[in-house]
Amino acid sequence: MKSIAKKIYIALIILFLYAPIGILMVLSFNESKTRAKWGGFTLKWYLALFQNEEILRALFNTLLIAMLSSLIATVIGTVACIAMTGMKRRAKSVMMGITNIPMLNADIVTGISLMLLYISLGIKFGMGTILLSHITFNIPYVILSVMPRMKQLNVSTYEAALDLGSSPLHAFFRVVFPDLLPGILSGFLMAFTMSLDDFIITHFTKGVGVDTLSTKIYTEIKKGIKPEMYALSSLIFVAVLTLLVLINLSPAEKKKAE
Amino acid sequence: MERVLQNKIANDNGGFTLVKKELIQLIDISKSFDGQMVLDELHLSIHENEFVTLLGPSGCGKTTTLRILGGFTGPDKGRVVFDGQDITQIPPNKRPLNTVFQKYALFTHMTIAENIAFGLKIKKKPKSYIDDKIRYALKLVNLDGYENRMPDSLSGGQQQRIAIARAIVNEPKVLLLDEPLGALDLKLRQEMQYELIRMKNELGITFVYVTHDQEEALTMSDTIVVMNQGYIQQIGSPESIYNEPENAFVADFIGDSNIIPAIMIEDKLVSILGTRFACVDTGFGNNRPVDVVIRPEDVILVEPSEGIIQGVVSHLIFKGVHYEMEVQACGFEWLVHSTTLFPVGKEVGIRVDPFNIQIMNKPESEDEEAVIIDI
Ligand SMILES: Nc1ncnc2c1ncn2[C@@H]1O[C@H](COP(=O)(O)OP(=O)(O)O)[C@@H](O)[C@H]1O
Ligand SMILES: [Mg+2]
Repeated sequence: MKSIAKKIYIALIILFLYAPIGILMVLSFNESKTRAKWGGFTLKWYLALFQNEEILRALFNTLLIAMLSSLIATVIGTVACIAMTGMKRRAKSVMMGITNIPMLNADIVTGISLMLLYISLGIKFGMGTILLSHITFNIPYVILSVMPRMKQLNVSTYEAALDLGSSPLHAFFRVVFPDLLPGILSGFLMAFTMSLDDFIITHFTKGVGVDTLSTKIYTEIKKGIKPEMYALSSLIFVAVLTLLVLINLSPAEKKKAE
Repeated sequence: MERVLQNKIANDNGGFTLVKKELIQLIDISKSFDGQMVLDELHLSIHENEFVTLLGPSGCGKTTTLRILGGFTGPDKGRVVFDGQDITQIPPNKRPLNTVFQKYALFTHMTIAENIAFGLKIKKKPKSYIDDKIRYALKLVNLDGYENRMPDSLSGGQQQRIAIARAIVNEPKVLLLDEPLGALDLKLRQEMQYELIRMKNELGITFVYVTHDQEEALTMSDTIVVMNQGYIQQIGSPESIYNEPENAFVADFIGDSNIIPAIMIEDKLVSILGTRFACVDTGFGNNRPVDVVIRPEDVILVEPSEGIIQGVVSHLIFKGVHYEMEVQACGFEWLVHSTTLFPVGKEVGIRVDPFNIQIMNKPESEDEEAVIIDI
């Protein structure tokens, strides 16, 4: 009895969580333009999507921003972790606090404050400001996933490499980096996902005429909902889901190897 | 290989005939961490081809001394001289020394062969040379055929041997070892002690070895440096450290001992617990307070009438080779090792041969006093 109740409970949770996305995906294959009725299976909205220049442009922007911002954030975040490891305990915990707070901040606060910052510095809105913003909110995620690896690191392997004649840089890339790599990779993927996913911060920092997929969907929907948008949203969902599965898989595999 | 051969020849010609040259000098090294003095004007010379052990309780600054030698920690004050050249400012990767770290510090994502080849690849040695070296080093540490294993698949003792192999293929003039056997169990540790002595003789290089285990130090070293609280307490051969400790700390740290306050009446005569004992030491002055050290195996138990002083056996433990007894005599608890059993409660006499009474100056400064209280 109890276990059946449990299963129903879980099923209900999953239903409520995934029903909206499920409906969205079903509608993206709907021949009929109205939401009310099923007009048969079609891929035409997906085809239309890939013929729409503006959407392709937005897709390109999204991927470019996600790629660049997560790469740069990964480098900055990793370097920050190394620097923090060398700090005294007090300074380290203060730094960790400072880097963690932006993650807890509401996106809208981050978005508006970045917008105000750019205005007050006289920076022109466009791809540049989006990129800067994404790097900013991505760094904490990288730090969060690299730091635990850093703590596990055996400092004496670095010293052993120096002892055997490595320069500090060579010792880092040959000995420390391979140990950090799983953390760096998952930090990169996390940052990439966050960047793909973001709407609010991009919305406030993008300026006119530049769009990523999420802001494009928003503008399109204001004009009236087109089934292409269902198709686009479904694709984004699948992409993000895949990335999340990847992130969760990598540490599991690592554990198995150990 | 060549080096080993040369050494063999040198040894065959009689190892003792070579005049030993000073290879390393630590000159007035001071170091503090967070305002706390860890090393205070430490001065130490290490000779070529010597097995030197830094011995002392945990926290006395042994690792710090070794790290200053290796270049991983810079001294606040003082100089490190190697082969006549000041290397204080030279980074670890440019120093002609190699280190075996306490926790192995093997590169876990590389095979054993890659680990051993690490230093040689940096020096851009040809592949055939590297392969020869790997084979030679694995043979030296008794792990032939382990080239393609990963470090995690080896036991602790095996990993430690690989760490040694990885260091010695670089042909350092000096090998620094920080408690390399600390993590191994007793049996393996004793085995590895002999292995290390064998390797040192085969390689003919200088070993600077850190341990807090006095037995290990006595077994392996040519020279022992006894340290406490950042000061060197005594430097000498294992025999001299054991038989002629210079102060109560050394006497107490190196093996069991009876340390008894006494008065030096005149040369070769000392009053211990109010009774006069003949001894062999001179030059302490007349009626001076001193400490005497008598090793437990040097206390001879006899019939009460034959003893210089009399007492009663209060404790008895069988230790395998000998009995360990405590004898209450003249208000002092004497620790005695003897192969003859005297049961608890038995009245006994105590005798000590004059040459087994070691006289030590009482500590003068407050600093040294503190050392003794700390024991
Ligand atoms: N990096 C460091 N920072 C602060 N204190 C240290 C550091 N390294 C060593 N110490 C302190 O210096 C003292 C001596 O340490 P160490 O040389 O490791 O002793 P040993 O090896 O003899 O046990 C200890 O009190 C230790 O806490
Ligand atoms: Mg130590």
